Amino acid sequence: MQLSTLTVHQLSELMAQKEISSVELTNAYLERISKVEEKIQAFITITKEEALAQAQAIDKKRMQGEELSPLAGIPMAVSDNICTEGIKTTCASNILYNYLPPADATVVARLKQAGSVLIGKTNLDEFAMGSSTEYSALFKTKNPFALQAVPGGSNGGAAAAVAAGETAFALGSDTAGDIRQPAAFCGVVGFKPTYGHVPRTGLVSYASSLDQIGPLARDITDLALILNAICGHDSKDSTSATVEVPDFQGSLVNDVRGLKIGLPKEYFKAEIAPPVAAKIQEAIRQLEDLGAVCLEVSLPHTEYAVMAHYTISCAEASSNLARYDGVRYGLRVEAEDVTSMFAKTRGQGFGPEAKKRILLGTRVLSKECYDKYYTQALKARVLNKQDFDRVWAQVDCLLTPATLTTAFKIGDKENDSLAMYLSNYCAIPANLAGLPALVLPFGLVDGMPVGLQLIGNHFTEQTLLRVGYTLERNTDQTCLRPALA
Amino acid sequence: MSKYEAVIGLEVHVELKTATKLFCGCSTEFGKEPNTQVCPVCLGLPGSTGVLNKKAVELATKAGLALNCEIGTYTWFDRKNYFYPDLPKGFQISQFFRPIAYNGYLDIEVNGQKKRIRITRAHLEEDPGKLAHAGESITTSSASFVDYNRSGIPLIEIVSEPDLRSGEEAKAYLEKLKAILEYAGVSDVKMEQGSLRCDANVSVRPIGSTVLGTKTEIKNMNSFRAVQRAIEYEIERQIELLEDGEAVIQETRGWVEDKGITVSMRSKEHPDYRCFVEHEISAIELTPEWIEKVRASLPELPDARKKRLVEELGLPAYDAGVITSSLALAEFFDAVYEKYPDAKTVSNWIMGELLRLLNARNVELSEAKITPAGLAKLLELIKQGTISNNMGKKVFELMFEEGKDPEQIVKEKGMVQISDEGQLTQILTEVIAQNPKSVADFQSGKEQAIGFLVGQVMKATKGQANPGVVNKMLRKMLKKEE
Repeated sequence: MQLSTLTVHQLSELMAQKEISSVELTNAYLERISKVEEKIQAFITITKEEALAQAQAIDKKRMQGEELSPLAGIPMAVSDNICTEGIKTTCASNILYNYLPPADATVVARLKQAGSVLIGKTNLDEFAMGSSTEYSALFKTKNPFALQAVPGGSNGGAAAAVAAGETAFALGSDTAGDIRQPAAFCGVVGFKPTYGHVPRTGLVSYASSLDQIGPLARDITDLALILNAICGHDSKDSTSATVEVPDFQGSLVNDVRGLKIGLPKEYFKAEIAPPVAAKIQEAIRQLEDLGAVCLEVSLPHTEYAVMAHYTISCAEASSNLARYDGVRYGLRVEAEDVTSMFAKTRGQGFGPEAKKRILLGTRVLSKECYDKYYTQALKARVLNKQDFDRVWAQVDCLLTPATLTTAFKIGDKENDSLAMYLSNYCAIPANLAGLPALVLPFGLVDGMPVGLQLIGNHFTEQTLLRVGYTLERNTDQTCLRPALA
Repeated sequence: MSKYEAVIGLEVHVELKTATKLFCGCSTEFGKEPNTQVCPVCLGLPGSTGVLNKKAVELATKAGLALNCEIGTYTWFDRKNYFYPDLPKGFQISQFFRPIAYNGYLDIEVNGQKKRIRITRAHLEEDPGKLAHAGESITTSSASFVDYNRSGIPLIEIVSEPDLRSGEEAKAYLEKLKAILEYAGVSDVKMEQGSLRCDANVSVRPIGSTVLGTKTEIKNMNSFRAVQRAIEYEIERQIELLEDGEAVIQETRGWVEDKGITVSMRSKEHPDYRCFVEHEISAIELTPEWIEKVRASLPELPDARKKRLVEELGLPAYDAGVITSSLALAEFFDAVYEKYPDAKTVSNWIMGELLRLLNARNVELSEAKITPAGLAKLLELIKQGTISNNMGKKVFELMFEEGKDPEQIVKEKGMVQISDEGQLTQILTEVIAQNPKSVADFQSGKEQAIGFLVGQVMKATKGQANPGVVNKMLRKMLKKEE
């Protein structure tokens, strides 16, 4: 059996039965990495020693009969914009080329507490700004299904690592679909929880009102296990919700009878590639066969979502990235005076896309533009949210394509950042409204994965997991493996 | 008489007296080794998130109420974006859109004239770090050093309307503000420690005009006196420019203490701070009930206290003003008065001996070893005639230095006043015999000669004789010998 293709819950079972140890498992994954990483380039840092040490510790505990979490001893990868204590966290940027955080992000600490083994930090678009991982200052990650295609972005490394079997699961961040679009492109499951459900302490901020951390894995059961470990209030994060965390495993029920699923027409009349549209229709029919009621709904302000999001996220980013000035940590380019030092450090430290967004954000917040652009974007954000509020009276959740196309080729959109941003058309409205959204694979088109997306009201993760799980149980279209040697 | 009037507004930053910083648990203690009271939050490290200090909100509310402000029941924080090495996040978390307190005032009195100065707003914000330069300034030094101990300390920024008209009024405003905030217990308000900082906005205009002239911002004033002098200089400078037909440039100017002038620092070209809502920190939601609870916790404030001392205790307004100028002094007075209910006497000793020694020894009242109970006892001893008033002053000084009980000091130093006529007769007789000229002078009508003789008796008794009794006895004895 190929350990690198098994799910977390399958691996957990094997270890509980003492059929394999965590050290063996970790070594299996490290071996897989050494085999395929040259082609995929998903990792910025591989933490071999730390991983084996952690694995050893877990094996010892298991030997001593300690009760362990289902995540114990399981290798995980963490996106390089999430802080890991003493381990380089670069955000794929030159300006943080040598940054060592003094503490783990809360989510990392919680997973370490559960016994997960950190196998490495994954590649992303610089500061999570991008949709293909092509804007990483370090290197481009490849899609395991087709090496000339992008894995998606910004968290392409995390999705590629899971798809290629280089890790059992991964943690990423989602501001504009950065978990979900790569999950769709790489044929894995991805989840963006409700804003506030997972603490952001230790996530390097891009847009504070939009960023959320979420899991990427091989199936819905894995998602539930990871969510159980990472969700929940953190007193250090003022934006973290104080709602009680349900046991997400309880949502894994194979039953959607009577469930009302909305199909927002604005997501289906867009420039969606016909083969992708066909796959989504297949999924809809499947759900109807299983007893769900699918009906068309409307979210009329969808057309403004991308522009509103771009304006708001650039504005917040221009402020969140102001701290990278060469004074305290990271890159510093010495100069004759302080202002020149700031300019040279940031000029050399940031890549072109990050610079573009900082400039745009500064511009929309300037006195001349503030009301024309930023205030308007805030208003559009409210309208977007109100669209969703109205729709929950009619349906339990929404189903949409995760993306309009399958993964595009490397280099296709690199020089067209607007087209790049628009590739997140389906994902963005959920970020703007802070809603939970799940992406799971549903078949292939020309050998490339198609993803479908489920969106729910605040704190309805359980409904989304149930629909996803039911679909998973009743079709083989959700289990995709790249033909990577 | 100048044909111009000055229009002045003050921006005062006050450090709130919390144990920890505004958004993290680092200590706010002053004077520690650089960069020892820091953490990822106040250093703005990547991934750090802050949490609002509730005590700071309470103290800011208290300050607002003490300044007669309205308190906002729903306010939040905003980001003020700019680049500077002492600002670790590249933005300062402040309140731009809605300050926690607004529409207040305080009353000042200058040259007997009472005036109400309106306060536009008081808002919460975090302090940046502190820079030290190897040379004069950041532009002329080879290196600068940043200490982030101060970064994140809670401040309230209090902005006055431009109701002030002179350097003197500005000084009076600052003194009153300091007293009020000190009484409210929200800050140490020590300019020398940086817990109170002041910038002034100054402009001039022809008398009678309602249009504001171009204003300059004056910084780097390190004492209330400096604020007054700087404003007075700047007013003159601006008037001179206008009289010469030149325009006042809108800019930031620094006060140079040893030269007594302001110099241009940088153009205040309306920096665009691009303020927007701070999403990381919770909004501040206050209930009217909670606000009233805070209001109830305010102590008697300076004006009310002064009024009480004048109306109920009969103190002259001037005395009451001095006594209430600091909370420590006012509380000291109250404590002495409780045991020795003669307001004027207590006031005299506080304004006289106590303040004299505090200034001479350059110590705070809290450092002086004399206690209110001690002073009350001393005044009792003087009243009873156990010691003379002059001797009392000597005892006071010893109590100030050593903190001993006055009765004990009097006993140890043998200062008990001699009032017994029997004891004194012998000495008086000797003094009379030794000073025939003075005796003759007095007897021939020179009243002041008796003063000399009293002095001689005091000298002979090492100050212990009761001068009143001596005076009476001498007159009796000399008249007899007539």
